[in-house]
Amino acid sequence: MQLSTKHLLGIKNLTQEDISLILSTAQQFKEVLQRPVKKVPSLREVIIVNLFYENSTRTRISFELAEKRLSADIINFTASASSAAKGETLLDTVNNILSMKVDMVVMRHSASGAPHFLAEHIPAAIVNAGDGINEHPTQALLDAFSIQEKTGSLAGRKVALIGDIMHSRVAQSNIYLLKKMGASVVVCGPPTLIPKHIAQALGVDVSYNLRETLEWCDVANVLRIQLERQNQVLFSSLREYNLAYGIGKDLLDSLNKEVVIMHPGPINRGVELNSDVADSKQSIILQQVENGVAVRMAVLYLLSGRSVAE
Amino acid sequence: MQVILNNTEVYNKLDQLAAAITASNPEFSSTVIVGIQQGGAIVSQFLYDRLLKNDPHAGLLKHGKLDITFYRDDVRNKILAPDPMHLPFSIEGKTVILVDDVLFTGRTIKAALDALFDYGRPERVQLCVLVDRKEHRQFPIQPDYTGIAIPSNRADKLKLLITQDNEPQVVLLNQ
Repeated sequence: MQLSTKHLLGIKNLTQEDISLILSTAQQFKEVLQRPVKKVPSLREVIIVNLFYENSTRTRISFELAEKRLSADIINFTASASSAAKGETLLDTVNNILSMKVDMVVMRHSASGAPHFLAEHIPAAIVNAGDGINEHPTQALLDAFSIQEKTGSLAGRKVALIGDIMHSRVAQSNIYLLKKMGASVVVCGPPTLIPKHIAQALGVDVSYNLRETLEWCDVANVLRIQLERQNQVLFSSLREYNLAYGIGKDLLDSLNKEVVIMHPGPINRGVELNSDVADSKQSIILQQVENGVAVRMAVLYLLSGRSVAE
Repeated sequence: MQVILNNTEVYNKLDQLAAAITASNPEFSSTVIVGIQQGGAIVSQFLYDRLLKNDPHAGLLKHGKLDITFYRDDVRNKILAPDPMHLPFSIEGKTVILVDDVLFTGRTIKAALDALFDYGRPERVQLCVLVDRKEHRQFPIQPDYTGIAIPSNRADKLKLLITQDNEPQVVLLNQ
């Protein structure tokens, strides 16, 4: 029983069996995290470097915790505090780190495809922790795990991705994963934030109407407005965005069903989600964060064997 | 595939093991029985059912399953998918009876002890096995309760199997 891939670069190249294996292994790690001693010796003497070329709180802490819970040895690298700031290329930096015998690299980068480039050039196993506007596979896996845990299954589930689809690697990974596992997906947001050919390219439905979308879906995964990736004005103001596409308690209460609310974080409160929803019982945002550690443990555990064998 | 113990023989051994466990653990309220996934969990379920049938106080006895996948010492050569853990009770201060189907090198038991201690500190741990292949031991580990000792070659693969009629057998798998 092993993954069909040596690296986790994206959901796009995973099989349905890979995804099921990761999710069922994560279930066992979730059990580990509820014990008196929340640590197992599986990755003892495996050295993992966390290469973060872009800011991160949740993902980075989550990976670091997952690595520690697996007893791996870890090295943290932050681009802003390193020689990358002196002009060293990505490949040089990584080759230097690898000459110190590293087994796995967890990497976040603002350029789409950066981890794919590294995977072609270095022998270590690579885990993509988010690359530009391409993919964020572990986020999609933990979202899927949380949906499965909350609603029982992925197949047949109706999931809406709401907000900034254009700049969201979370949206792209989620779409790949949910489609592979048999869920139906609608993307919803202002036309300027939804890629033009997404329906044909990725097989999702597109809606510009928030209320209709919420009335349709079982789960609403609300995405952050990524101001840092927008170099032109795509909507007139955050306030107007909130009026048209922000989700508040009044709106949810006016539906005759209970929609599960998710958000990958960090939340722009009062923009895509109002506080009365983010902190409500319908929201599983904090469970997503908790599940993130178990899912990342599963990914690291399942990739660790291959990195040594090859 | 050659049958080493048929279902009647397995049931006889299970009866003997259940009797031996009851004899040396009169206080069921401080005893837990834990089967190692997957074969040991099957044996411990059979044992638990027998203990429940034979002894009116056996309801106090708790039964769990332990998976040792994350504790294996060969984890870096072979990645295995884990089986469920199920220990919904405290083992703190208890007598834990670890159950496995076949005791061979002792590595599984070593890993099981590591896993067990991550759940708490038991008062003592005993080992119960259906089949002992004692001439191949690599660690200083001996069972407290043995169903039967079977002489074997190092390369043999002995396994507990459940047949289609839901009957247990111990078999020798072909090389």
